[in-house]
Amino acid sequence: MSTVLDVRGLTKKYAELVAVNGISFIVKQGSCFGLLGPNGAGKTTTIEMLEGLVQPDAGEIFYHGKPASRADFQQLGVQFQQTALQDYLTVHETLKLFAAFYPKPADLAELIQLCDLTEILDRDHRKLSGGQRQRLLLALALVNEPQIIFLDEPTTGLDPHARRNFWALIEQVKAQGRTVILTTHYMDEAEQLCDQILIMDKGNIIALDSPEALLAQHFSGALLRLPDQGQDPKLPDDASWSRAGGYLQINSRDIEQTIRLLQAQQFSLEGLFIKSANLDDLFLKLTGHSLSA
Amino acid sequence: MNLKRFLAVFKARNLEFWRDKSSLAWNFIFPVLLVAGFAVVFGNGNKAEFKVGVLQAAASIDATTHPFLQTRYLEFVPYIQTETALKKLQHHQLDLLVDLKAKQYWLNDSSAKGYLAEKLFLQLEPGAVKATVTGRQIRYVDWALPGILGMNMMFSCLFGVGYVLVRYRKNSVLKRLQATPLTALEFISAQVLSRLGIVLFIAGSIYLGCDLLFDFVMLGSYVDLLLVTILGAMAMISLGLLIASRSRSEELTGGLLNMASWPMMILSGVWFSLEGAPKALQWFADILPLTHLVAAARAIMTDGATLSQLTYPLAVMVGMIVVFLSVAAMLFRWQGDGR
Repeated sequence: MSTVLDVRGLTKKYAELVAVNGISFIVKQGSCFGLLGPNGAGKTTTIEMLEGLVQPDAGEIFYHGKPASRADFQQLGVQFQQTALQDYLTVHETLKLFAAFYPKPADLAELIQLCDLTEILDRDHRKLSGGQRQRLLLALALVNEPQIIFLDEPTTGLDPHARRNFWALIEQVKAQGRTVILTTHYMDEAEQLCDQILIMDKGNIIALDSPEALLAQHFSGALLRLPDQGQDPKLPDDASWSRAGGYLQINSRDIEQTIRLLQAQQFSLEGLFIKSANLDDLFLKLTGHSLSA
Repeated sequence: MNLKRFLAVFKARNLEFWRDKSSLAWNFIFPVLLVAGFAVVFGNGNKAEFKVGVLQAAASIDATTHPFLQTRYLEFVPYIQTETALKKLQHHQLDLLVDLKAKQYWLNDSSAKGYLAEKLFLQLEPGAVKATVTGRQIRYVDWALPGILGMNMMFSCLFGVGYVLVRYRKNSVLKRLQATPLTALEFISAQVLSRLGIVLFIAGSIYLGCDLLFDFVMLGSYVDLLLVTILGAMAMISLGLLIASRSRSEELTGGLLNMASWPMMILSGVWFSLEGAPKALQWFADILPLTHLVAAARAIMTDGATLSQLTYPLAVMVGMIVVFLSVAAMLFRWQGDGR
């Protein structure tokens, strides 16, 4: 897979706040690349710089190996976190409006079918449900037949059913060979959709790899979580532990042995919770606070 | 400038306006109510007094020079220029015009008050030579109409462009458009021309509709009036664009738009003439685009002025369009507040 996006040392400051702090990464063609992080991590600023909407203070952006130009930015598909459209237009009129902006727009009939908009074509876009609205916004992002599509928290606020429908839609877009760059603070969304994830916190990259590789790298066996009782556990060398959010979190290969050791050290097992690690646990481990905080 | 993109935004903006029924209704109802209100309030308000113009060399009336000037319940207004006085008589702004030295008088044949004033005058000057003029009465509603329509256009131009632009910026409509090949020039041109079409249609419809009821005086050319209206609307739309060029605060923009519109409403000659007002006030009124629109439109409608007689207001409006649009284009930002 060739590199479609190469980001080097990207930085953005707002007064004293360093929103994005010299981050670098590459995105491969046809992949889904996820930017994860809590609110304020710098995800939106990062993608707005990649979309050409915000001028970086430092760093370089290369599309297909060449410095990003206005022509590159106009070939991107974008879906913002919060997008208002011109009032009093129907879904169809809105699609036609955006299609008119591009010299070679997508076939609207195909787009309408792909994004399942047929039944709501004549409806005022302000009267759409959350899921329908996101499907319309995705259609608008695809109206210029982009090869790279930016989706900024596309499923925030959607119910579980609508989210899963939207994921299926993204899978279809990916299946067409397009590159999707997605921000989210839902770990399940990233695990479901992303081939590569970049976890950000306070403007910095704290992890960058495939979800599986990151989990394998940071966790083995399972996670045990129990209420923090104030004392430090004494565990074998292959187990690790940390404190966060009032809990003691232990990553252990041998769960039975760990439980026996905890009992021997007079830990109460009330409230004990055992599970496999996920990206939220990874984030907790790396930063000390939860991804969805 | 890509025509396809421009037309797409132009169409979308028009659809948005025409489908907003409440705002649309208000745009039509408010000026009609004002015009009707003025017609009712001032329509039958003819005072019992007669207004007589006196042609003389002095700037003030000396009642001792002629017994007619001592007649009670007559208001005497001195005129040095015959042409000016005759125009007033034509439009029923005078009931009678007399030249006491030359023993001559002028009368508007269609004025009932003029007929009575003539009887009074002939009691004292039985041999005076009579001359007549013709001309329709210019009522207050005829005088006020250009101002009322102009004021309605001003609100529509300033708020319909300025406020809408800031709303678009605040709720990220502009940000989404910025991510397309649409240029600022295409977007702004579409907003300007859409609003121009809207205000011309509304002002034209109101004029025609009210004309059926009130039969307004129109002494000039409709083509000239259209040109003046276009220039006036463009000047005010440009001012709206300038005010809304970069802010994303509706409160701030609302305040600035009010700051621009209130002086125009009061000082641009909508309700009363500023003739005789302090020079500083007249100078201030001169920097307001509505002043020039109302003055030019009123001159065409009630004085029959031609464009060659209106070079000053026309030149000022063109100048305002150029300056406001240029500065607005320099200051314009899609996202505002430094982003």
